[in-house]
Amino acid sequence: MTTATTDLHRPATGPAFQGVGLGRKVKNAVATTLVALAFLVAVVPLVWVLWSVLEKGLQPVLHADWWTHSLYGLRPYDDRGGAYHAIYGTVVQALSTAVLSVPVGVMVGVYLVEYGAGTRLARVTTFMVDILTGVPSIVAGLFVYALWISILGFGRSGFAVSLSLLLLMIPVVIRTTEEMLRIVPNELREASYALGVPKWKTIVKIVLPTAMSGIVTGVMLGLARVMGETAPALIVGAYASSINLNVFDGNQANLPLLMNDQFANPETAGFNRTWGAAMTLVLIIMLFNLLATVISRLSAIKK
Amino acid sequence: MAKRIDIKDVNIYYGKFHAVDSVTLSVPPRSVTAFIGPSGCGKSTVLRSLNRMHEVTPGARVEGQVLLDGEDIYAATVDPVEVRRTIGMVFQRPNPFPTMSIRDNVVAGLKLAGVKNRRRLDEVCERSLRGANLWEEVKDRLDKPGGGLSGGQQQRLCIARAIAVQPDVLLMDEPCSALDPISTLAIEDLITELKQDYTIVIVTHNMQQAARVSDQTAFFNLAGVGQPGRLVEVDDTEKIFSNPSQKATEDYISGRFG
Amino acid sequence: MSDSTLADRSASAKETPGRARAPHGAPGSSRGGAASSPDTPEGPISTANTAQGEPASTPVRRPGDRVFRGTAVGAGAFIVVLIAAIGLFLLLQAVPALRANQVGFLTSGVWNTTDPNSLQFGILHLLWVTVATSVLALALAMPVSLGIALFLTHYAPRRLARPFAYVVDLLAAVPSIIFGLWGIKVLGPTLVPVAEWLNRNLGFVPLFAQGNVSISGAGNVLTAGVVLAVMILPVITAVSREVFERTPKEHIEGALALGATKWEMVRTTVIPFGKAGYVSASMLGLGRALGETVALYLILSGTGAAPKLSFFDGGATIASKIALGAGEFNNELTAGAYIAAGLVLFALTFAVNALARAIVARKKVSA
Repeated sequence: MTTATTDLHRPATGPAFQGVGLGRKVKNAVATTLVALAFLVAVVPLVWVLWSVLEKGLQPVLHADWWTHSLYGLRPYDDRGGAYHAIYGTVVQALSTAVLSVPVGVMVGVYLVEYGAGTRLARVTTFMVDILTGVPSIVAGLFVYALWISILGFGRSGFAVSLSLLLLMIPVVIRTTEEMLRIVPNELREASYALGVPKWKTIVKIVLPTAMSGIVTGVMLGLARVMGETAPALIVGAYASSINLNVFDGNQANLPLLMNDQFANPETAGFNRTWGAAMTLVLIIMLFNLLATVISRLSAIKK
Repeated sequence: MAKRIDIKDVNIYYGKFHAVDSVTLSVPPRSVTAFIGPSGCGKSTVLRSLNRMHEVTPGARVEGQVLLDGEDIYAATVDPVEVRRTIGMVFQRPNPFPTMSIRDNVVAGLKLAGVKNRRRLDEVCERSLRGANLWEEVKDRLDKPGGGLSGGQQQRLCIARAIAVQPDVLLMDEPCSALDPISTLAIEDLITELKQDYTIVIVTHNMQQAARVSDQTAFFNLAGVGQPGRLVEVDDTEKIFSNPSQKATEDYISGRFG
Repeated sequence: MSDSTLADRSASAKETPGRARAPHGAPGSSRGGAASSPDTPEGPISTANTAQGEPASTPVRRPGDRVFRGTAVGAGAFIVVLIAAIGLFLLLQAVPALRANQVGFLTSGVWNTTDPNSLQFGILHLLWVTVATSVLALALAMPVSLGIALFLTHYAPRRLARPFAYVVDLLAAVPSIIFGLWGIKVLGPTLVPVAEWLNRNLGFVPLFAQGNVSISGAGNVLTAGVVLAVMILPVITAVSREVFERTPKEHIEGALALGATKWEMVRTTVIPFGKAGYVSASMLGLGRALGETVALYLILSGTGAAPKLSFFDGGATIASKIALGAGEFNNELTAGAYIAAGLVLFALTFAVNALARAIVARKKVSA
């Protein structure tokens, strides 16, 4: 504080808020911009991919034939027929996967949350579930090939594809079940025990129903993902250009196999079939996602 | 129906930690006994040992005897699930089952035990709801979900659910602490009615509530930090609140600590 | 109420669910009792991480509880057995092929499996392409994911954070075959001019020199790496986001109270707190990239030539090579060769995933 000249108009002390230095402000602005840019970088490919699929695949999908006919007997240049055989295969294989994976996955989730907490087996199991989450889909396909086809002698089929998808689906169901069971408040379990209900009945009749809509949502989202898995289908499945209603026997098409089959076809028909199949796959996945969202709205427990 | 409880030298442990030290007291049938004391003194722990509910926590262990009309609920041949069918519990926060309607909530104990007869279930439902003073308010919406009621109504629903299985004893763990004063009063009136048919033990933080509602009061306290909780004094409510024998009791009652 | 004792009821014959409760005051009616032993219901969620405490004496067990518990434990054990089985069965099928292999499995790049009598398979070239594509993908995706995760947790307006996060998660929902299709037919041709520019101007660096496939075909490591980066973005972002969200509020508010700008707050509290989680997330992304098959199967141009260690090499990764060989699986030995490669992939992803978990676990212990 200077004493020589007393300027009565100058305040006695400095202003309370000094303001942030310019260097810091610039760094902050740059960071904010970069971070927002990063988000855009994610959005651009997403929009680009979906746009490509829409642009190239919408037209074939709009034909009624696409949904009702297969490619049986058609030449590579015949721009007719449809993808019914592949759509059927995709849906049926997904359903078989669901039917097999949900009971096992839910039971493991029940074990991890209700019975095993703190035990060594549970720690190992949860570690293995993490590993299973990271197993590449092609390795799942190879395993099913080694066990089901090579050693047990069954042939390639839609069911074999379901088995490999099962390996990919189980960890999803387990994690979802775990999460949903943990959300159920402990008081509900205690209220049930206090009424003299045994533990297993409490789980089956009180806890699981409360968690059920969340579990179903998770299952639908998981199915949406495994439906697009191609690698296992290449190893243990086999493309057929006609409709095969039997998932257990013989070659059965699905949408990724159809795309793979027509990918190398240089004709317009090949182009349409490939991108049309891509569009169909996206549509089905979107449908499953939508159903999942609707189901989660019906949840008994609000998160 | 209502039975007598005799607690004999009960010690409760969580793993190695000695949580409650040597409690001995008796609860006469058709009466209300209140457990009071500062936070952490073990009153809820002792309450939960009366229906073997503490066994839900891993590592919890009880030594001593709890006799229900002379029969030890901790005997080796006794199934804890059976114990809980005869000794009911109402919790601090109302916890109706969210996936069930009001009707299904009330008869949940029966349905889960396998009772299927519709008429019987409806009878029990009405009887229990009347017993909980909730019938008039919900009789027109028995099929609506249990979660749609107010806090006080939900708690009375939980009480109806507990008495629907016709227990011998009703344990209540701070049943009014999550409720507003009007609902609290309604539940206190209810307790006074219920004691004609049930033996009731209630844990409460609210001394005035204990004074209003109970016939007998047990005061628990901690000797110090890290020490187990102890029963300091148990006596008729009137005596405890007007002329307690122990200094600690008198200090707590008059608000000098806790 | 009934006069039967608790012990009687506990011991009486079968659990009879159909029994109605005795009405008030009716004497002598027996109750459905539990037969043998139940579990005493142990805590569903153990708050103390102790092993299940054995309650003093509970020899009373119920059959329903025992069956259900057994099934649950069995299910848990099944998962452990499953992983072991995967390793085991792959090994069983791979060993005969490995024995018949005429070249070094890890040291050679030759792959001739059409004749089961003279089997030659080595994964050396495949290793290069696998590592190159994955590392490039990681290098591209990691910074972007960091930015997105920070954006979603600290920069985006609260109400928009959910829908924005949903958009990023949509990337994960697109099947890899569609990414492959888009990658080679749409993105690749767009990248060709970029590739050619890089090759012209930076060609003295081996990474940008001419590779073993044509640049104009776009079927090279560069295209594949970019597409893989887009594919692993959602994985790294989702996990990082969760970690950043959990930054303790006290730390954040402490920094802000000192007058820090938003970036300074992020730099000093969010990032240090979330570092381990972010690294772990990146490892998960790496695992995903290593195992990605179909996108690379469609994008990379096949070639028998050895890689020139450039971004413009083609060829195949371990995973896409297996997919390419799917047609040859009819012979046991030939299939065994591919399965051996798959075993390497399984081991690699196992290791990467275990490492990712270990990083997070170590942080939890020390924190």
